[in-house]
Amino acid sequence: MNQPASNAGVVPAQPGMAGLFWAVMKRDLMLAFRRRSDLLNPLVFFLMVASLFPLGISPEPTFLEQIAPGVVWVGALLATLLSMDSLFRSDFDDGTLEQTLLSPQPLFLVVLAKVLAHWAMTGLPLTLMAPLLGVMLFLPTEGMSGLVLSLLLGTPTLSLVGAIGAALTVGLRKGGVLISLLVLPLYIPVLIFGAGAVQAAVTGLPLGGYLSLLGAMLALGVALAPLAIAAALRISVSG
Amino acid sequence: MAEKKSWLPRWFYQLASPRWCYEFMGRLLPWFGVGTLFLLVAGTLWSLVYAPADYQQGNSFRIIYIHVPAAILAQSCYMLMAIAGAIGLIWKMKVADMVAKSCAPIGATIAILALATGAIWGKPTWGAWWVWDARLTSMLVLLFLYLGVIALHSAMESDTTASQATSVLALVGLVNIPIIKYSVDWWNTLHQPATFTLTEKPAMPTEMWLPLLVMVIGFYCFFAVSLMLRVRNEILRRERRASWVRALLDKV
Repeated sequence: MNQPASNAGVVPAQPGMAGLFWAVMKRDLMLAFRRRSDLLNPLVFFLMVASLFPLGISPEPTFLEQIAPGVVWVGALLATLLSMDSLFRSDFDDGTLEQTLLSPQPLFLVVLAKVLAHWAMTGLPLTLMAPLLGVMLFLPTEGMSGLVLSLLLGTPTLSLVGAIGAALTVGLRKGGVLISLLVLPLYIPVLIFGAGAVQAAVTGLPLGGYLSLLGAMLALGVALAPLAIAAALRISVSG
Repeated sequence: MAEKKSWLPRWFYQLASPRWCYEFMGRLLPWFGVGTLFLLVAGTLWSLVYAPADYQQGNSFRIIYIHVPAAILAQSCYMLMAIAGAIGLIWKMKVADMVAKSCAPIGATIAILALATGAIWGKPTWGAWWVWDARLTSMLVLLFLYLGVIALHSAMESDTTASQATSVLALVGLVNIPIIKYSVDWWNTLHQPATFTLTEKPAMPTEMWLPLLVMVIGFYCFFAVSLMLRVRNEILRRERRASWVRALLDKV
């Protein structure tokens, strides 16, 4: 209304693809840093879940050594799942999501940047914390490299797949439990190969095959999951 | 406006009309009903009474005549659900959404049937009800996917949104189908390789696989019947405000 007439024909400067990507990522990272407790919750949960197993099953080192790869992986998987619900929730509540969908920018990139920022705030810290849990559960030192590498390749896939579930349920009030129902079946292949990689590292078998499969799943996820997330967001916001 | 030549056949557009679909399925139903009854009765008698017993497993192998058709059908049903969902997403066809919705409960039941008969068969042959091998696990994942689709559909209030959301989920879950299919080839497992392939002759003798084929076709016919019944109900429910449904209900 009160815009000067001379501005009418001027198209505002469009940020490039990379600029858009970094802007979205920076915004999400900054928002995450402003809410530190949300940042710590998945990590604390990860630590607590892992400490339940020695208490609930057996504190024997020889026994814990055997179940350690699976327990750390299941813990990381559940911690990621727990943090998924908040990915689009606040944006949906305050209307930012609607504005993002209306903007002329490719949703694919926006979504990818959001998921990457989310991974940097959950998957990456979980990966860095995993060796500590490995020590707590008497995982042999040979297994540590396998643990960190498999989590490094596997947790981004978990974030990407989880984001599909988060996008599908963002419009629902009771989204939390439903996400787990939708996403857990899709997490199973990642879990199998992730825990398999750690097991292989412990027994001294070559890791290459497992890591290649995890990498292939990640590549597939990066290429296809943002399409599904974008479609799911459009459905959730319009419905 | 110049009329655009469509590359899609005419019947494809007719499928978009709930009324046309309702009447078409009503005409098909008796034929499929009779076919199902005949094939399942004949197949059951043939497989349980006349087919020869296995030289290793004896009579316990006869559960294959339920297990294999159920396992094949559970996967086909998922494929149909995903394809119908994709058609619903792309062409915004109401009937495709209804087909996708109706597939989920049928598929879940069939998947449970396949898992249960597999467990019953596993006890005498492998000595365990359940083994964590690739095919069994991926079949269980298929059941979980069906349950996820059902849960998502029931959590959403609007039929249209629910259909679109479940279609996306079904398409994402499609990655599991090749994993189930090839799990027996990729991993060394207890589960035997596929019984039927399109290109090769089955390893079983003819008098054993022929009744199995009859059972598989019978299961497909049964699936068609139950799907059509469900879709017809769904059409009536969603189109309850349309005048032709009103007229139909007034007649009853």
